[in-house]
Amino acid sequence: MSGGVDSSVAAALLADAGHDVTGVTLRLWGGVTDSGCCSVGDVEDARRVAAQLGVPHYVFDEAEEFEARVVTPYVRAYDDGATPNPCVACNQELKFGRLLDRARALGFDALATGHHARVRRGDDSVVRLARARDTAKDQSYVLVGLTQRELGHLAFPVGELTKAEVRAQASAAGLRTADKPESMDVCFVARRDRVEFVESRVGARPGVVVDVDGHELGRHDGIARFTVGQRRGLGVALGERQYVVDVDRRTHVVTVGPPEALLRDDVVLRDLVFTHTRPAPDHRLAVQVRAHGTPVAGVLDGDRVRFVAPAPRVAPGQIVALYDGDELVGGGSAC
Amino acid sequence: MPFVAYLDHAATTPMRPEARAAMEPFQGDNFGNPSGIHSVARRAKTALEEAREEIAAGLGCRPGEVVITGGGTEADNLAVIGAARVAATQGRGRRIVVSAIEHKAVAAAAHLLEPEGFEVRVVAVGADGVVDLDDLDDALTGSVAVVSVMLVNNEIGTIQPLAAVAERVRARAPGAVLHTDAVQAVPWLDVAAAAAGADLISVSAHKFGGPKGVGALVVREGIELEPRLVGGGQERGLRSGTVDVAGAVGLAAALSATNAGRAAEVVRVGRLRDRLAAGLAVVSGVVPTGDRRRVVAGNHHVRVTGVAAETLLVALDRDGVCAAAGSSCASGALEPSHVLAAMGMSRDAAREAVRFSLGSASTDADVDHALEVVPRAIERLWVAAAPVAAAG
Repeated sequence: MSGGVDSSVAAALLADAGHDVTGVTLRLWGGVTDSGCCSVGDVEDARRVAAQLGVPHYVFDEAEEFEARVVTPYVRAYDDGATPNPCVACNQELKFGRLLDRARALGFDALATGHHARVRRGDDSVVRLARARDTAKDQSYVLVGLTQRELGHLAFPVGELTKAEVRAQASAAGLRTADKPESMDVCFVARRDRVEFVESRVGARPGVVVDVDGHELGRHDGIARFTVGQRRGLGVALGERQYVVDVDRRTHVVTVGPPEALLRDDVVLRDLVFTHTRPAPDHRLAVQVRAHGTPVAGVLDGDRVRFVAPAPRVAPGQIVALYDGDELVGGGSAC
Repeated sequence: MPFVAYLDHAATTPMRPEARAAMEPFQGDNFGNPSGIHSVARRAKTALEEAREEIAAGLGCRPGEVVITGGGTEADNLAVIGAARVAATQGRGRRIVVSAIEHKAVAAAAHLLEPEGFEVRVVAVGADGVVDLDDLDDALTGSVAVVSVMLVNNEIGTIQPLAAVAERVRARAPGAVLHTDAVQAVPWLDVAAAAAGADLISVSAHKFGGPKGVGALVVREGIELEPRLVGGGQERGLRSGTVDVAGAVGLAAALSATNAGRAAEVVRVGRLRDRLAAGLAVVSGVVPTGDRRRVVAGNHHVRVTGVAAETLLVALDRDGVCAAAGSSCASGALEPSHVLAAMGMSRDAAREAVRFSLGSASTDADVDHALEVVPRAIERLWVAAAPVAAAG
């Protein structure tokens, strides 16, 4: 229970259904954040909602683990010229890793969160993971990494509701979180600039900006400022529409080029994980590379996703989610 | 309602009936402000001064030496900050000596003064959880403003050698003011005797059957303090603000009742605690903390090897056993214990430490329940943790 409306309603739905529910809030971030995530106020909201539902509530301090498993790799990735997804890391390592283990150890049957996604149990013993009913709010992308091991013990109660229905239910139940604004961006970076956050920890790695032919166009203040596919803030005066097409972690050279220079036929994945079974090599999949990005068509060949038509390059570190219809079949991170 | 064994008396205690009865009139008809001159005020004033006499008798001081505060933290803050500032003003020194296992109300107060030019010297404790007197000697050099050593530690329950501390302070730093945080001591020790050598003594009512939000600071005659709250000049100018008459009366009643029943209660609770300790001693992985011969009757503190305290406490709570670990931050999450760190325990080990604190509400049924629940919970969590631990 983050103290937001989705997890509040998730808890309420389960309690109303007669389950033996216990609320848990993870204290993830000990530092100063102005997003409100992990703030004392949010924990208090979660606690009050739990009290209103008549269920116990605990706070688990995962600040050190969050620092080690999410924040440090995030900073290192940007410092390496990659584009990490800390939400996926947090879900894999903390929520559906350590917290699920702890819940199981305590004898709980299942862990529920306020994610907008759906767990589907069919006639076979396979548990599938599908997009939320509210496709605009679908969060299945950040659940990449879940396998049968976790899915068998997970519930996403608000996945069947639209966001408007979630808020309406919260209002009807008189939950104090009903009108709370949604959290945005990366919780620990908050409104503070990502570049400032990364560079305050590892320093800036300045270098040169070149075009696709290697001609120097100017200098930049640090590679953490650039991510493949970025168009704004390139800091060099360019005549036409230019995109970052490469960030070299060793030489700190940032390459920019026209949109067509970004196009690729494929992307190779690491840490490839499937929710149940690997799709057939010729099976057409929907490939999604951003939390709310528009999927493109592709097939999975070994650890390589081949796009049906050339698609913009996927930045190293970016999470690639593979869907079959509305079901998430797996994914990994781009090399 | 399922049975709940409340084993967290060091956090707070249920109100004694004597305290509730004594307070009742002051939450009703006898509502006066003791500072006024009329009959209603006078009745409140009389009650307040009677309470002050009762508190003084209980703590071994004169009534004029009792300052009613808004709890133990306020008493600690007033003692440390108030005495240090006066010492600095009078040129008696800027060194503050505190033990490594003080409550944060003392430690944070001392560190608050560092930007003003005070030096905070932290005195080591041994692996037994008792202040190291040789290190104290080393700390007592130069111009010492304040020394603060608690009487009983809130986490591990160790009794500190306050008489020996006082002796050393008088011999080596005669100009220093000696404060003791006796907040955890009242149920178990005769504070009047145990803290006789201290200049300043903090107590908190809710730790011995009184109400929350009320405490007292004994300020021996001749000891000057700079107030933390200024205004109407109540409490001899040391603590402005209308005095909580009901609270003071409740504190007095709880203190008298505690003092009267202590001898028998220490034996009774000590037996319960020993039975709990013996029952847990045979559970594999359970290791008692510090020197268990030097702790108060109500405290049992253990490390459960391989089981996170955070998890164990939830398992216990679900089965109706209220225990604690370390101290909680504002969000309610557990923070690693500075007390256990000071004793040389690793951070990982400290995360496996759990405190059971027994007291006035404890019965044989509580111990029976705990001995049924705790070993079972530990075993279950061990089994659950095994594959995770094996995987690294």
